[in-house]
Amino acid sequence: MKSDKLIIGGHEFNSRFILGSGKFSLELMNAVVNHAEVEMITVALRRANIGGENNILDYIPKGVTLIPNTSGARDHKEAVRIARLAREVGCGNFVKVEVIADSKYLMPNNYETVKATEILAKEGFIVMPYMYPDLYTARDLVSAGASAVMPLGAPIGTNKGLLTRDFISMLIEEIDLPIIVDAGIGKPSQACEAMELGASAIMANTAVATAQDVNLMASAFALAIKAGRSAYLAGLGRVLDRHAEASSPLTGFLED
Amino acid sequence: MDNRNMTVMEYLPDMQVIDSLIMDEVMNAYDAYDYNAYTASDVAAALSHEQISMADFAALLSPAAQPFIEQMAARAKSETYKHFGNAVGVYTPLYIANYCENHCVYCGFNCKNKIHRAVLSHEEVEAEYRSIAADGYKEILILTGESRAKSSVEYIGKSLEIASKYFSTVGIEIYPVNADEYAYFHKCGADYVSVYQETYNKTTYSEQHLSGSKRVFPYRFYAQERALIGGMRGVCFGALLGLDDFRKDAFAVGSHAVLVQKKYPHAEISFSTPRIRPFVGGDDKIPCGVNERQLLGVMLAYRLLMPFAGINISTRESANFRDGVIGMCATKISAGSQVGVGGHDGDSKSENQFELADERTLSEIDKMLRKKGMQPIFTDSSYL
Repeated sequence: MKSDKLIIGGHEFNSRFILGSGKFSLELMNAVVNHAEVEMITVALRRANIGGENNILDYIPKGVTLIPNTSGARDHKEAVRIARLAREVGCGNFVKVEVIADSKYLMPNNYETVKATEILAKEGFIVMPYMYPDLYTARDLVSAGASAVMPLGAPIGTNKGLLTRDFISMLIEEIDLPIIVDAGIGKPSQACEAMELGASAIMANTAVATAQDVNLMASAFALAIKAGRSAYLAGLGRVLDRHAEASSPLTGFLED
Repeated sequence: MDNRNMTVMEYLPDMQVIDSLIMDEVMNAYDAYDYNAYTASDVAAALSHEQISMADFAALLSPAAQPFIEQMAARAKSETYKHFGNAVGVYTPLYIANYCENHCVYCGFNCKNKIHRAVLSHEEVEAEYRSIAADGYKEILILTGESRAKSSVEYIGKSLEIASKYFSTVGIEIYPVNADEYAYFHKCGADYVSVYQETYNKTTYSEQHLSGSKRVFPYRFYAQERALIGGMRGVCFGALLGLDDFRKDAFAVGSHAVLVQKKYPHAEISFSTPRIRPFVGGDDKIPCGVNERQLLGVMLAYRLLMPFAGINISTRESANFRDGVIGMCATKISAGSQVGVGGHDGDSKSENQFELADERTLSEIDKMLRKKGMQPIFTDSSYL
């Protein structure tokens, strides 16, 4: 098989599993990264105890790309400020934009997300916006300079899987950027399903962090993501495809 | 102004009245709540619902829920884990003044109690901060007694400005103020405000708060809304459980928080669940006791009602109880607490407001959390 790299903002990755770091013990980070061959980890800047003890940034293994997120931002201005702060403290150019102004459902605000993306992309950030899967928003994010689009599979933390499956499919078909399913993925099988659909990568946190054996679950996700990717590249069997072909021609009656 | 002979519903001059109907809604629900009307099947039905409604919450607080405490704990633990993982916030409180203008029957700091009073100078405040920050804390809760005269808005504002040099997260637990004053505190560096209604029973409220601005029930009730209008990121709710009927008070606290979150969806909501404890000069004044099992029931009901809300566990509780609830329903724990004025940098300058049950230091709390597989979190917000 020819090389199958995930490319985000000009950076190449072999792994299509992005790990969130907010919900498990820092001491476990290294082992999880090794077990699941993770190359990207997201970190909430608000959690970074800069210059203090137990600073999460000190636990990110070497060679892993750090993706600071803007969690805690309630509007685009706050997201922009957090992204700039992250860059100032040495977190690099990647940023996952999250704008949430609802403490109950934690749903992202697509409109504010587009605005933050536009500002940050102009400032040279590699912007990966977290969004509710809406086609128009995704197009706006492309115009705003996003480097990937991260639609939610289900509300964050719910482990409900691909509730937004059909809408994510639209993005996969229409948007020429990596589509990374983020939030709601509760099981490896759901991650696999999203990859079969053609998602470029999966981001998970709660599902791994709340497993009894965090390392084993992380590697289960890695395998499921690889399996789903292979299935997508192989092309699903015709009967499973939406554009299924009848086994005998439907137009065989035509005489000229 | 002497308000001993005024009703608790009368505002004092200069108290801001905001346009809100939440108090009426909460008080109607409070008045109508008859916890004896709920049965085991109501509780079982509540626990089968994915989203806990106010009716479900009412059932979960009822005596009928007591036999279900194990199921409630299991569900609470899973909700807490889903929303917070194994992260636990760690902070410490600091009293910078204990002058008080209120006469609250149950409180060791009340103005009629002959205790040592102190206001830390800003130099002393900074020395306390330095000492606290050196221990590793990034989050601080700054408290005063309720005296505008001795601990003025400007004094507190300046203390907050200094705090923001040392801490990433600053909360205040001080007397309620107007929205523009909360906006000023926010500008000075505070993001979180705790105000406890103590009890939602107006008769008891009147009997327990004999004079002072705290006697004004609605001004206290609307403090969280004014804080959010002033730009604060989060607000904390609570009743002093045991001052009156704890089930009704807990029900009112939950209703209050739900309605405020609905009106201000961005607001970060949290709960505290103080139980009335022995205090200076008040040995025989504890009206209705709340045992640990009942206290846990309240904490679990809050968790199920608002799975996303923070729940603090007070140092008024024993180490054993705190260790048991952390990660199950509580998400935030204080360590190295001092409940007299100052005390982190040298000796405290006053008596304690109440008795502490858990005097463990930060490193002891840290060790306990790690042993339980939890991750102590020192900073969980950025001041923006």
